[in-house]
Amino acid sequence: MAKITFITSDDEKITLEGTSGSVMALAVENNVKGIDGDCGGVCSCATCHVHVAAEDIQKTGEASEIELDMLELDDNTNEYSRLCCQLEITDALDGIVLQVAK
Amino acid sequence: MKKSELPDPFKNAREETGIGKMNDQNDPVAMFLRHKDVRKGAHNWKTFQSGAIPGRIVVPSEVNIRDLRQIPFEVDPPQHADYRAIIEPWFRRPLEEPYTKKLSEIITTAIDEALTQESVEVVNTFALPLQSRALTVLLNSPYSESETWISWGTHVFRSEGDPLDGDKAEVLYTYLDEKIEEAIKNPSGDLYSKLVESEFEGRKLTKDEIKGIMVLTFAGGRDTVINTVTNSIAYFAEHPESLQQIKENPEIINSAVEELIRYFSPLTQMGRVVTQDTQVCEHAAKADTRISLCWASANRDEAVFKNPNEVILDRKMNPHVGFGFSHHNCLGATHARQLMRILLKTLAEKVSSIDIIDFEENIEDLDQFKRKVGFHKINVKFNSKNN
Repeated sequence: MAKITFITSDDEKITLEGTSGSVMALAVENNVKGIDGDCGGVCSCATCHVHVAAEDIQKTGEASEIELDMLELDDNTNEYSRLCCQLEITDALDGIVLQVAK
Repeated sequence: MKKSELPDPFKNAREETGIGKMNDQNDPVAMFLRHKDVRKGAHNWKTFQSGAIPGRIVVPSEVNIRDLRQIPFEVDPPQHADYRAIIEPWFRRPLEEPYTKKLSEIITTAIDEALTQESVEVVNTFALPLQSRALTVLLNSPYSESETWISWGTHVFRSEGDPLDGDKAEVLYTYLDEKIEEAIKNPSGDLYSKLVESEFEGRKLTKDEIKGIMVLTFAGGRDTVINTVTNSIAYFAEHPESLQQIKENPEIINSAVEELIRYFSPLTQMGRVVTQDTQVCEHAAKADTRISLCWASANRDEAVFKNPNEVILDRKMNPHVGFGFSHHNCLGATHARQLMRILLKTLAEKVSSIDIIDFEENIEDLDQFKRKVGFHKINVKFNSKNN
């Protein structure tokens, strides 16, 4: 079980609990604004872009090369950017805070 | 070679030079073939513009058959974003439940009917009606309108033997003029009415702008959807185990759809006009010449995709560009994805196997390359799970 907090562009804070699947799927199921997950999680659309809180970067790990290439050409990308379809929910993610990029 | 296979004609050129050459009505096109170059080119709208004279970014060029600008497709930022903002929410309706329910009814009816027939010509009597009926849901138009659209045939601009048939475009334009006038007089809940009441930069959209959006909606989602549906039927005919795989693991449907879109790449390429002298893969791209972003080649790039010529329905990482890339990515993608997801689910539930009887391939002539995009016709027999 992991508690994951999303902060949307209009500063709404939403904390959700998940046990499995991707963080993107959890956000889409709960209508988190700004996370669309159009491609269903295969890293082809960048509609699930988040900025991981600096202190949580250790928990999420680093993006793969394919993900980085995708992020490189997206708007609002910074060193904390991740596509959350690539974040698999495990206990390790408990407590992380994600700022929705869009 | 399997009948459902779509070979990759770009491999050698992609690996050797990264650029393909195509002469198109004396306005040549330098085709970007590598995944990285295609994505960067799509992203770099300042150097590779869409807002050129109408029809020039399309390959083959439509400059000689139309003056009307398709919107937001032939507009660059920042106006592009303003146009897109008007219609984006409408094109995300496919995520709503009543919408998917209607699509599901259309698809179920089509498959049930196909199952009763001895043979079905998929392009004209399955995919085209399915595409047209599904489009009534996207436009929120009466179902009966689909009969008119079906009667237009498989391509709104092209007709058999003549890729640039201006008369055919005229049929669509006249139809749209009537529909726009009707929406002005008697607004309803359809897309025309939505556009009539919409504002751009503090004023109402002009009739030509509305028409430009509608032409794009009709043209962009016609042969692309028809080819995707038809190619999927051919693929499942030769891979009945894949239908079984989907039936047993419905959670793979989303990735299966993305993989089919990657493999089929229903739109081979889209052009841009170069605004300033530049260089790509040692190719000097001069200002006011054309380049194209070859989605079909990028989607088979070995540098990005393992076993790119294989369909792997549960492919996990799939950064394909089948719906284009960056700000001009396909507006109808949400609709197309939902249609395909429901199609796969329904086929897996109802169909045990599909037999290909005969077929005629549709090969695009791209000058240096010949690319199979699908079929002109393919007769099949659908076999029910209940037999």
